[in-house]
Amino acid sequence: MQDRTRIVVIGATAAIAEHCCRLWVQRGPTDLVLVARDAAKAERIATDLRVRGGAGTSVEVMIANFLDTADIVRVADATAAAGRIDVVMIAHGVLTRQENCSDIAACRESLEVNAVSPALFAEAFAGHFARADHGTIAIIGSVAGDRGRKANYTYGAAKGFLARYAEGMEHRFAGTGVAVVLLKPGPTDTPMAAENKANGRRLAAVEDVARTIVRGIDARKAVVYAPPIWQLVMLIVRHLPRFVFNRLSI
Amino acid sequence: MRPVSSWGRLSAAPHDVVELADRDGVGAALTGRAPGIAYGMGRSYGDECLNPDGPLWSTRGLDRLIAFDDATGRLRCEAGVVLRDIQRLMIPRGWSLPVVPGTQIATVGGAIANDVHGKNHHAAGTFGDHVTALRLVRTTGETIDCGPDKEAGRFAATVGGMGLTGLIAEAELQLKRTPGPWLTTEIVPFAGLDAFFRLSEDSVADWEHTVSWIDCTSGIEVRGLFLRARPAADGGGRRHRTRDRAVPFTPPVSVVNRLNLRSLNAAYYELGRRKPGVRIEHYEPFLYPLDGIGAWNRLYGPRGFYQYQCVVPFEPGPQAIRDMLGAIAEAREGSILAVLKTFGERRPPGLLSFVQPGITLALDFRNSPGVLGLFERLDAIVRAAGGRLYPAKDARMPREMFEAGYPRLPEFLPYRDPGMSSAMSRRLMGS
Repeated sequence: MQDRTRIVVIGATAAIAEHCCRLWVQRGPTDLVLVARDAAKAERIATDLRVRGGAGTSVEVMIANFLDTADIVRVADATAAAGRIDVVMIAHGVLTRQENCSDIAACRESLEVNAVSPALFAEAFAGHFARADHGTIAIIGSVAGDRGRKANYTYGAAKGFLARYAEGMEHRFAGTGVAVVLLKPGPTDTPMAAENKANGRRLAAVEDVARTIVRGIDARKAVVYAPPIWQLVMLIVRHLPRFVFNRLSI
Repeated sequence: MRPVSSWGRLSAAPHDVVELADRDGVGAALTGRAPGIAYGMGRSYGDECLNPDGPLWSTRGLDRLIAFDDATGRLRCEAGVVLRDIQRLMIPRGWSLPVVPGTQIATVGGAIANDVHGKNHHAAGTFGDHVTALRLVRTTGETIDCGPDKEAGRFAATVGGMGLTGLIAEAELQLKRTPGPWLTTEIVPFAGLDAFFRLSEDSVADWEHTVSWIDCTSGIEVRGLFLRARPAADGGGRRHRTRDRAVPFTPPVSVVNRLNLRSLNAAYYELGRRKPGVRIEHYEPFLYPLDGIGAWNRLYGPRGFYQYQCVVPFEPGPQAIRDMLGAIAEAREGSILAVLKTFGERRPPGLLSFVQPGITLALDFRNSPGVLGLFERLDAIVRAAGGRLYPAKDARMPREMFEAGYPRLPEFLPYRDPGMSSAMSRRLMGS
């Protein structure tokens, strides 16, 4: 293992991604590339991470349009050309309210941001990782992808699509130096979930979720639930017979 | 709207919580919504951070560091950064916050707004003594930078200003050099207030941190454990593991009550008495013992609890403390969390800072029917002694008590942001 870790984070302004970055820079010399849509936000986070990491850390910001294929290819090519990548974390997403998805344009946008774009990023990096025979592709999915629910099936379907995509990639890279890790956070206390909080739902602390994710990436586990209790919860939810599930308001 | 409580859990009224996440967007988030108040980690005990049915600006998302100079120890950060975050990051690098209150799980903004003190007040003063600059955003959207040498009046109003001069968005802090996370600690059992004062005096020169736990059931001739500590060069090969435990649910009634108050205190005293002497300890369990038990405030049950913290001048302090301890023992109320400490002579920087030279007594009380009557008796003793109560802990003091205790209030009022208002400010200042 080399002494420095080089990590590329797509959607670096997402709260979970930001907290993973804090853990990474605080534990050892790290070179981070933060890929984001919003430059001001990304710069604030980069500054914070530089202070936290101290002299051992370098943080670079790259702005990209996540829905533009040329931009996706550019980000993957440029970061891969600049040096060996140990981890790419694909973290962007938007929690669309289900009732807003009856607007077909909004529904399409949700699917593109949450499903198509992350898959294209994963695919764009996969080629570089295959050639290097090294690296971990970490994709942030969601427990919402485990079973479609009326409350958020557009979002859930997008995350479920990522699960299938990651599964296929994992199969592709089995036995090689490349690992594919699918991370499935439960409802987490982030700005994205502010609405859930208002509805009185219990949310996991983002610090705890990040810790579980970083550990899961280290262990190169194929699927990581965060917090881990969701593995059991979703096991049950997935196996509820339809006649029971359809009567539940979950 | 969602229910929000403060640390005492006396209420859970609905609030319109606005999450701040962008330090450059604070002005936009404040305008058009006022009046409201900032909310950090919710560690103040009463109604200082509450604004029922109105807006609450949550600073949790303003948790980014902005700059740190390794040579000078100056740290600039957003106001929602939690003190523990700074400590855990900086102590391994040889720097530490000079002043931290009894919990590290408070925000920088909250520490400034209450001008908090720690167990090292006699050595380091209050939190505000180490703030070199701060950025205030008013509900008009206007941004004002101030510090001890810039807009000094506004700075003095903001330090200890209960969040009422505007929203503290950023601060610059002077950290101090530290040899590391280890402390040389000592527990000295004592009997009687005279012994406590002697120990306090003897410890000033050589011990940076002093505090004592007292058995609040022991009455006028109080018994307790005097705890003192100073930085140690190294841990002698010791290792520290942070254990995060938490109280998982709220018990149906207070775990501390009249029936077990005496035995809980006796047990705590005996446990402490059996491990006296000097030893090396990590700073976290010594300075912030309760932070190791998450949500310990649930132990007081669904009705919540009050904390009563006062300071009385050294003269006639000892008699006032005796009178209060007598009244508390007689009422058979209190808890196992009772703290007695002397403050140093250093005057705090804020117009409404709580600390003054003298003796401070702090006790928790479960929310029981008789407790408000007891507080009135204690208020009378504190007022007669020329003392005052700590707003960060308060949920019930009468307005006259506040005005009598804080004579610089008229100087403070012109600096108020009319758009900043809390349940406490309406109770104590009328708006």
